[in-house]
Formats: sequence, C-alpha cells, structure tokens
Amino acid sequence: MDDLLSEFLTETNENIGIVDAALVALEQNPDDGTQIDNIFRLVHTIKGTCGFLGLPRLEAVAHAGENVLGKIRDNELAVTADVVTIILEAMDVIKDVLEVLEQTEAEPEGNDADLIARLNEVAYGGGATATPAAAPEPEPTPEPVVKERELKVGEVSEAELEAAFASAPGPEELAAESEPELRPGEVSEAELEAAFAAAPGPEDDIAVDPMIAEPVAEEVEVAPVPKIVPEKAKEAKAAPEVAHKETSLANQSIRVNVELLENLMTMVSELVLTRNQLLQMVRGMDDNEFTVPLQRLSHVTTELQEGLMKTRMQPIGNAWSKLPRIVRDLSHDLDKKIDLVMHGAETELDRQVLELIKDPLTHMVRNSADHGLETPGERLAAGKKETGKIVLDAYHEGGHIIITISDDGRGLNSEKIKAKVIENGLASEAELDGMNTQQIQNFIMRAGFSTAEKVTNVSGRGVGMDVVRSNIEKIGGTIELKSEDGKGSVFTIKIPLTLAIVSALIVECCHERFAIPQISVVELVRASTDGRSDNTIEMINDSPVLRLRDRLLPLVHLNDILRLETAADEVAEQSENKGSEEFIIVSQVGAYTFGIVVDRVFDTEEIVVKPVAPILRDLSIFSGNTILGDGSVIMILDPNGIAAKSGENVVGDHSVEEEGQHVSAENDKVAMLICRAGGQEPKAVPLSLVARLEEVDVDTIETTNGRMVVQYRGKIMPLVTMNEDAKIVETGRQPILVFSDNDRTMGLVVDEIVDIVDEQLNVEMASSVEGAIGSAVIRGKATDIIDVGFYLQKCFGDWFSSGETAAYGSQTSSQRVLLVDDSPFFRNMLVPLLSVAGYEVSTAENPLEALSMRDAGKHFDVIVSDIEMPEMDGFQFAEEVLGDERWADTPIVALSSHTTPQDFDRGRKVGFSDYVAKFDRDALMNTLSQTLRASGGAK
Amino acid sequence: MSNTEMQEYVTVRIADQRFGIPVLQVHDVLGSVKLTNIPLAPPEVAGALNLRGRIVTCIDVRKRLGLSPSEEHKNPMSVVVEHHGEPYSLLIDSVGEVLSLRQDKLEMNPGTMDARWREVSSGIYRTEDKLLVILQIDRLLDFAVGANVAA
Repeated sequence: MDDLLSEFLTETNENIGIVDAALVALEQNPDDGTQIDNIFRLVHTIKGTCGFLGLPRLEAVAHAGENVLGKIRDNELAVTADVVTIILEAMDVIKDVLEVLEQTEAEPEGNDADLIARLNEVAYGGGATATPAAAPEPEPTPEPVVKERELKVGEVSEAELEAAFASAPGPEELAAESEPELRPGEVSEAELEAAFAAAPGPEDDIAVDPMIAEPVAEEVEVAPVPKIVPEKAKEAKAAPEVAHKETSLANQSIRVNVELLENLMTMVSELVLTRNQLLQMVRGMDDNEFTVPLQRLSHVTTELQEGLMKTRMQPIGNAWSKLPRIVRDLSHDLDKKIDLVMHGAETELDRQVLELIKDPLTHMVRNSADHGLETPGERLAAGKKETGKIVLDAYHEGGHIIITISDDGRGLNSEKIKAKVIENGLASEAELDGMNTQQIQNFIMRAGFSTAEKVTNVSGRGVGMDVVRSNIEKIGGTIELKSEDGKGSVFTIKIPLTLAIVSALIVECCHERFAIPQISVVELVRASTDGRSDNTIEMINDSPVLRLRDRLLPLVHLNDILRLETAADEVAEQSENKGSEEFIIVSQVGAYTFGIVVDRVFDTEEIVVKPVAPILRDLSIFSGNTILGDGSVIMILDPNGIAAKSGENVVGDHSVEEEGQHVSAENDKVAMLICRAGGQEPKAVPLSLVARLEEVDVDTIETTNGRMVVQYRGKIMPLVTMNEDAKIVETGRQPILVFSDNDRTMGLVVDEIVDIVDEQLNVEMASSVEGAIGSAVIRGKATDIIDVGFYLQKCFGDWFSSGETAAYGSQTSSQRVLLVDDSPFFRNMLVPLLSVAGYEVSTAENPLEALSMRDAGKHFDVIVSDIEMPEMDGFQFAEEVLGDERWADTPIVALSSHTTPQDFDRGRKVGFSDYVAKFDRDALMNTLSQTLRASGGAK
Repeated sequence: MSNTEMQEYVTVRIADQRFGIPVLQVHDVLGSVKLTNIPLAPPEVAGALNLRGRIVTCIDVRKRLGLSPSEEHKNPMSVVVEHHGEPYSLLIDSVGEVLSLRQDKLEMNPGTMDARWREVSSGIYRTEDKLLVILQIDRLLDFAVGANVAA
C-alpha cells in the first residue's frame, strides 16, 4: 500500500476516534469552546487530506460535516442531540469508506448525497431537522468487515477465530496471519507478545493515550488487516506464506511504544545524574577499589545514554515525505506551478519533537502554496518566473534545529492583514497604527485569523497559523516570520533538538550558582569596568550598557534581579580588587536582546530539568531546578522571567527603543547635524532646530560687554562657544550654527560641521554635562546631543527677564504649561524653550502621570501633549481630560510628528485646541500664545 | 471512632518549645545539609536540598512561626515530610524522642496563643515535663493562609 495512504488511514482513524469522543463530550457540555475548536480542526484536517489524496467522496462528507461544525463554532447553531447525531453519522460514513479504502486502496462507489443534504440542512436550513434513525446510510462495505473493524484492540471476532482454528494449527499463526504485510519498523503481534512476555504489558497505555504508537493497537488498526480478514474467513490457506514473510521483516526492526522509550530516557537521565555524583565523590579520593568499576559504570552509562538518544532520533525527512505529493496535488488544484525544494532531509531530531512539528510543517507548506505563491499569470506580470518555489531547509545550529520554509510568492500584504484584523476585532485601528510591519504580520499567527479571500479547500478557515504557533511553542520552539511584499515570505522555526536533557551554562553570582539553558544564550562577553578589556561596561545614568559591535546592549545585574544585595557590595569590592572583570551572558527573548551580568561562568553541564516545588511556581524567574554532578541543587534561570523582572529599568527602555524603531520604520528618522566643537568627539543637534549654517569672517567678530557678537542681518547676534576648550579660529572664516528663537538669534561656534545624517534618535539620558541632553548612537558612535535650550538660556537668560518677549497675556504671573511627552529628548528640549519664553513649565512623562497631577489638584493654563505615547496616547488623554470637569476648560495643544490633515482632523475632533508639528517651535510658541489669549478671553 | 486511640508523634525542638509531628507523616530526619538558596522565594523558604536524587524544598519553621533566627543552632536539623506529593524539609533545632499519646488528651489551642501558631497547630498535649504543640503539616505549608493571618 502507498505509504501516504496508509499514513492517512492511521491518522484519520485516530482523528475520527478523537472526534467521536469529543463530540460526545461536547454534547454533554455544549459551552466548551475548546472542544468544538478541536473537533472542527480535526474534521478540517480530514477534509483537507482527503482533498489531496483525491478522495472526493470522503471530502464531500467531511466538508458538509465541517460546515455544520463551523456554524456551531461561530455560535450560529446550538449543540443539540440531533446535530451531534448527524455529525456522528457523517463520521461513521467516513469510517466505513476508510475501511473499504484500506482493503481496496480506492474509494468505494456510493452516494452520500442524502447525508450531505441533511448536513447542509442543519448547517444552512436553520434547524436540526435531521432524522438520523431513518437515514439510509450508505453501506458499501461488506457487513462482516465492518463488524471486525470495530473490534477492540486485542480482540478477535468469532468468525475470525473459527476460521483460524479451522485452518491454522496454533494461536501463534493466527496472530501472525492478521499482519500479512508489515511495513518496515513494524512488528507482528506474536513477536511483540513474545517480547513483552516478561515485561508488564503496555496494554494499559492503549486507553490512556491513543496517539502514542502503541504497538499492538497500531498493528491491528494500521496494518492492512482487513485485506486479509475477508480472505481469511473464506480461505485461510494463505496464512502460512504470509506469516513467513512477516517474520523476516520483523527481525530487522521493532515498533516500540514511545512512552516506554520516554520512561527509559527518564531513568537513564537519573542514572547519568547518579553517575555524575559518584564520579564527584571518587574524584576527591586517591586510588581505591571503586575507581575501576566506576569508570566502567561511567562508560556504560554514557553509551546507554547515547544509544537511547539514538533510538529517539529520526531524520526530519520522515516528516517531509508527504509533502511532495501534497504540493503536486495542490499545484493541480490551484492551477499553479510549484517547485518544492527540500534541503537537509537527513537532519535528525528527537522523535517526539518530530511528531509534534509534522502537522505544523504540512500546514505551512500548504499555506505557502495556497496563499503565498501567485498564479502563473500573476507571477509573469510581476516579472517572476512562472514556476513558484517553496524551499524547505533544515539544519542544526547549537542545540537547536532550524527549519525554514520560504517561498518566492507575493509576500504578506500588511494592508490586507490590517483590514482583516480590524474586521475580526483582534485589534483596533489605533493599536495597529502603533505597530510596525513585523508586528502586523505576526497577526497571521493569532487565533481566528485568515487572509484568504474565500474559503477554499486548502485553507482559509482560520485554523491555521495559530495552531502552528502554539504547537511549536509547546515544545519550547519559536517561529519567526519575515516577509516582503511582492518578494515572498520566510518562516523560521527554531526548536530544541530534544526535550529530555538540556545543556545549561553554570554561572555564579554572589557565591550562588545558577544554570541558564544554553538555548537562550546567544554569546558570552567578558567585560571590564575600567577599560582594560575590549569591552567596557558604561553607565547611562544608573543603567549599565555595553557597546556590543553596532548596538547598545542593555545590561541587568543578576544580583539586582535576584535581590542578592548584601552580597552585591562584597562583589563590588571584590571586583575592584580583581580588576573588575565581569561576564555578560547575551541572551535573547523574542526580539529583545539583553545582557545578564554575572560574576563567573563555569562550564556547561547536561541537566535534567525538574519542576520547582508548587510554592515556588509563581517565581517566573526560575524555569525549574536540577541536581548537579556534585549533588547540589541548582536553580535554572528563565531568561524570559529575567527580562520581565527587569521590566522597570530594562523593558521600559526597550519599549522606548521599540517605539523609536517603529517611528523610524514608518517615516520618522530625524535629520541630525553632526559637528565637532571643543574636542574630537562628535556632537549632534536635530537639524530642525538649526535656523541656518553660517560662516562668518573672524574679523567681523566683535566684543561687547564681555561677549562675542557679530552683526548679522542688521542685528547683533551673540556668539557662544560650546565650552571653554572651544576656541574661535585665529583667521579666516568661523563656522557657526545659527539658532533662532522668536526674533532672537544666537550663533553657536563649532570647529567643524561634519555631516548631516538621517538617524533614528534614541537618546540615552545622561545630562551630567551642561549643554548636552544626553548621548545617542549615531553612525555607530556615541554622540552628545547638544542642548540648544541651555545655550539659548545662557545667551538670553538675562535678556528675557526684561519681559520684552515674555509669554503673551502674562503681565502679572507667568502662565503655567503642562508638557506631556514620553520622550526625554523633547521634554528636555522644550522645557528650556518654554521657560525662556516666560512660561512656568511642568512636565509629565506620560498621560497617567499628568492625570495624577490633576488628581493632586494642580491646575495649568494650557497643556501641550504628545500624541504617540505608550499605554495611553494623546487622543485618549485628551478625551480623558475633557471628560472631567476639573481640567475640562484647560486647552490642550497636540504635539506630533504626524501632521497629515487627517491627523489634524482627528485631533480637533477629540478636543485638542490645536495641533502643532513637533519640530515647529515657532508654530508652537504662536499657538500657545494664541490659545492662551483665546481661553483668557473666554474666561 | 475511639478517643483512646494512640497517636505517635516525633517531637522536635524549636526555640525551646517542643512540637509534635505525627510520626506517619515523617519520611526522614536529616542532619545538617547543604542548602541551595532560592532568591526571591517567600521568606519562609530556606532553600532546596538534594535528598537521594529528589529535590526537597526547605521551610524555615522559625520564620513560619514568627520567631527570630536561631543564634546557637547554626546547623539546624530537618524533618522531611510530604505535602501533595512534594517533599518538604522543615528546619528545626533538634529532634527528640517519639511519643505515643492518647488522642483524647489533645487540648484546644489557648485563645491567647499567637495567631500564626494557632493557625498551624491542631492542639496541645500536656506531657509530664513540658507542653507539646502539635503541628499540622498541611497548614504549616500553606503559606497563603499564613500570610493572611500575619497580615
């Protein structure tokens, strides 16, 4: 029999068994959403596979059944006994057809139109009107076969027995008879009986876990038993020949219950641990009588472990064997030309893992063929080869196996996804606006999502990628997706090689040892705090960071995270003495990379993860614990937990960083002017703040009142130097940056204007130096960001106090402004500007902080608020403010980098008094004074 | 059920107070062993230890009862009990003999006893020399309840 077909039969029989049970459970508990999802998915799978194998009759029945289930899932149809009965009936028909299929390898003739009509009536006719009892069930299968197929594992029908006894001499042969054509890797019942004679029978497992390839059960169900059954009943003489054939095959390989292997694995793991302990004990002693036997034990244990691991390893090609056929059929169905290329089919991975990724892989290949690749016409129009390509690749990397599924199709259409997300209510438009392309694309892995425009045979019912993702995550894997519109998509699945024993890095922190799974360790970096090694830990405010190649890596100290404070001081002292060397474990959680600082790194050790005691389960920072070779207990750290735990300082930064990335991804790189002044290190200032770049003749620089000034456009413009070190050139022309504020201008003397770059501005706060807001990485270099406000104040501070350009409408007391902006850069830039202009400025990092000021009873004359902020955006904030009478009269000015007319409209609609582009300072000043005048007039 | 039934208790000493633990619940008595500290764990959790390949969570009974840490008993002993299938070891100062006591002699906890003690004690025996507080393991290991009482 075709391998594909026999696999289908096994799988479908299993699935139908589960569906039967689940349907009954559903009937008893109709509100159980997971149950119906499960049933729907299974029936969907059956239908899909039938389609690929060219089994129209089965497909039609399954499809009709699925329609009914779909209605139930969508709560359009109540679960009643009648509905369940008719679905069960459909399952029975499928079962019957499958039996014939098993014998003849072809679908029997028959007509299920009546059943389908009734199913459709239930699905679309608005009621469960079916009368199952009267249903003329198509019964193309011969009666005795049906009866026998329904026998339980290990049971034998009367007819079979009689026939067998009549013709066969002994029971062994009878057992053998029923397995005439064993596939490689299978074993006859008789063989197994002999093998398990001494051991406690595995029969117990049958009921517990039908998914496990329990040997006896498998044989009776999968092997083409029925083929021989009717024959045997009539002419049992074929038996001896068959039995002979089977013995030779069975001698080569044996099917074993995975659970049994699993138990063995656990025991071997324990054995390894015990061995490690013994070795540790003996190591401390001189030669004694234990040494030699222990070495032997050690050797044998290692071999045993390796051997057992091998029994569990299978080439991934096994999971791929179905795919070429599926793709071929798909290409026919969809009228597409598809090439399936497979690399690395020999890559081996744990059997258990293999089983778990089999279905997701199939699903994803189907998806690629159906959604990803275009029709030949579309491809030619897009300038691609007519034949689309799906490439499967598998390889080992560290303790992982990486599987990529790539296609050169149309890629994911973010707009379509967005529309669908909104339609399905998975997220709001506002939420989507705050997401980058990657995040939007990831929606396809959420439950209840499907972009296919119409529901096809192949896919599009929304039972796809979410299942794939959850299956992969279940085994500790990750799935990533990269897609470019028009160019294709790449799915990368990363899964651990095995689940039983993991390799862990043992580290020390404050004299305590911890294990970190190597899976989550990207690299190790040795760093110092005194610049002696290549890598230096630098501090931004109080947060340590590391310059790792082209990026700033946020660091967390393990002792802080674990609150090992008392010891921390000691370590600090120690590290001073020892030359302050520290180890950084670079770890990745999702897309977030961070470093964990530890005191020492030991070696790696194979560990068996054991769950922690229930009272410690809520400690997300540990994923388990284990016993090391020296017998001590060690806690296993969970990098996910560490990332979450460090949330206050690190994840916060991260979200800002992400925000920045998102902004830059959209359209919002900031143009920065890079210059040098007073030192070699580069300095930068947002170009939008600079009014002009000028070069003035040194001779025209004059001095009045101890200040350098230059006549500029008919006015006197003061010049300031960046710091004491910055000098005016002796002769020739002096480059200056001209800043303009209202009708005042100021020249900032610089040594050299280096460049103007478009960079995403991500300021790390460290305003310890006067005149600098902080530093950011620009063109791979840490660059100081010039605080223009500081120099403006330095220049005009005393001038402004004259009140000449003081804020409008503030003769007696200054106007109070509340500035709400999550970006420290803008807060720092605007506060001096506003204060210089005579406003009394308060700041809030986010709307929540602002609202808490309201609750504290503070009042402001005007609020200036950013739009894009985490947690609560400006629009929500405005609604919040206007919704409460305390601040309802306070005008709010929106400040945003999004300045399309739609944004303005939306802003006005929610109640912003005005809307100003973020970099337009003049507009802001004007708007503020106008707004204040208007509201002052209204009062 | 007869009230004259005998019940055996392992007596342990914590801060000069004798406690009784039903003998059937005691799996092991350990001398001083090396503990692995568990950062961020509840304060009552003293750490974890390896008992013949099983990882046992250590409970500092002194902390649980609201007592100050012991000065003299640097190397406490521990009694291993099982709770919901998980092994726990209770850190105590020392272990005494096993007493067989009549159930009907068990007396109510005095109302003036510390709430934390009342919470974990099922009653008190008046033995010849000193009082014996009977510990209820289930309650002792149920921290959430303890926290509520303490609060």
